[in-house]
Amino acid sequence: MDFTKLLELVVSASLINNFVFTRFLGLCIFFGVSKRMETAVGMSITFVSVMVISAAVSWLIFFGLMVPLDITFLRIVVFIGVVAALVQTADTIMKKTSPVLYHKLGIYLALITTNCIILAVPLINAGEGYSFIEALAFGLGSGLGFALALTIMASIREKLELADVPRPFRGLPIAFVVAGLIALAFTGFSGLITL
Amino acid sequence: MAGEKKEHELIVSVSPHVKGEETVSRIMWSVSLALLPAFLMSLYYFGPGALFVTALCVITSVLAEYLYQKALEKKITVSDGSSFLTGLLLGMNLPPSLPFYIPIAGSFMAVVITKQLFGGLGYNIFNPALIGRAFLLITWPKAMTIWKEPTAIFVALDAKTTATPLGILKEEGIGKLLEAFGDKSNLYMQLLLGNRAGSVGETSVVALLLGAAFLLYRRYITWHIPLSFLGTVALIAWVFGGKGAFFTGDPVIHLLSGGLILGAFFMATDYVTCPSIRKGQIIFGIGCGAVTMLIRLKGGYPEGVMFAILIMNCFAPLIDRAVKTVPFGTVKK
Repeated sequence: MDFTKLLELVVSASLINNFVFTRFLGLCIFFGVSKRMETAVGMSITFVSVMVISAAVSWLIFFGLMVPLDITFLRIVVFIGVVAALVQTADTIMKKTSPVLYHKLGIYLALITTNCIILAVPLINAGEGYSFIEALAFGLGSGLGFALALTIMASIREKLELADVPRPFRGLPIAFVVAGLIALAFTGFSGLITL
Repeated sequence: MAGEKKEHELIVSVSPHVKGEETVSRIMWSVSLALLPAFLMSLYYFGPGALFVTALCVITSVLAEYLYQKALEKKITVSDGSSFLTGLLLGMNLPPSLPFYIPIAGSFMAVVITKQLFGGLGYNIFNPALIGRAFLLITWPKAMTIWKEPTAIFVALDAKTTATPLGILKEEGIGKLLEAFGDKSNLYMQLLLGNRAGSVGETSVVALLLGAAFLLYRRYITWHIPLSFLGTVALIAWVFGGKGAFFTGDPVIHLLSGGLILGAFFMATDYVTCPSIRKGQIIFGIGCGAVTMLIRLKGGYPEGVMFAILIMNCFAPLIDRAVKTVPFGTVKK
């Protein structure tokens, strides 16, 4: 197994081609739970776990079941099913183990199901024909990238709470401006690793 | 005290009770003064173009702040010099020959979007001048990378364009760079003086260091960010900068070229957008250096200082949280 390739996959998916800042995917959770650091960290952990497991499970189903049966055209439906089942599991586990966080995350926990990143990763894994380990690395990198984006955003938004932002821009609008400016900064990474 | 009224004996006021002489406006104007030598050198090398670009940036920045505050009926704070400094830094980061609308757009982006929308001085997350420049580089990539060759004659109307030393280094390697400048000592000399293509105010290392020494002496900036920034760049350039083998790179070229000196001393040290704890500042500087070299050696752009500082600006609130000291006696939950 080529270790450099795996490292490149993780770094590329998390930093250089960060899903939030370069492809603008997964924005609803990104803006929804980045108001407080606590929820952002909770969501990050949940998100990374769901991401890695769903990347693994959908890879197994895609290459173990769908490719031999020649039903790859069903992949979107199947992947959504896989993700939905995983999110429901996470939902149930979290309700039992951490009710406080469960209530803070609220609707956004269920919304992981329809998160674009979590669907994009299995689709890209299938499209690029990554090996199982590579698919895991890509899932991990994407999850970490989203977690990173979420934590940065939460730290900035908590700092902005004290700022005298003009009234029409308070809350979500200024968060969009921040996201745009971070994306501007991240363009510096462009052309760094081309996969 | 039988009804005796003593005036001014006991004054009740809120802290701080002991005040220093340093004010925001004094620091802003001092930093602007510290940039003066580098600006004069750029006038010598790049002529009227440099003056035009910088003046336009300064005027539009100050005007943008004034109009914004006027329109929103806020207190007019133009005289504190912060928008003047933003305009000056933006101008010094632009190439010396640009059509007039580009600096204006940059000033608007810097002062209105990056600074005032976030609540004005003290609240911005990103360095305004650098956001202005990054925005311009992405919007007008062609115009923003036309570098004028230094002429050392004040009115040279038929200016030639050329690549920056870092551009040459990236595209054609060190051999071509040495060919253009003669030998290595001459290359170092010209880089120190600023006799090379580049942004208006970034070229003259000697003049910039003079200004930086003034700021360090007055304690407006501390050594933490510049030293960790420059040290990281030098180390990475030495280890990974060479062709083929490790430890064969030339750190001096990387230290003296690009916007590194201007960025490390004048922009990474911006109080508002860097971490406020010393330990955090060192982490910030190392991060800036690492990202700069990552972009210079592997990235799509020849120069990475601007993006490095902006990317680390994103992380500054997080770094501050991470290195926050725990009060003595705090019980861990």
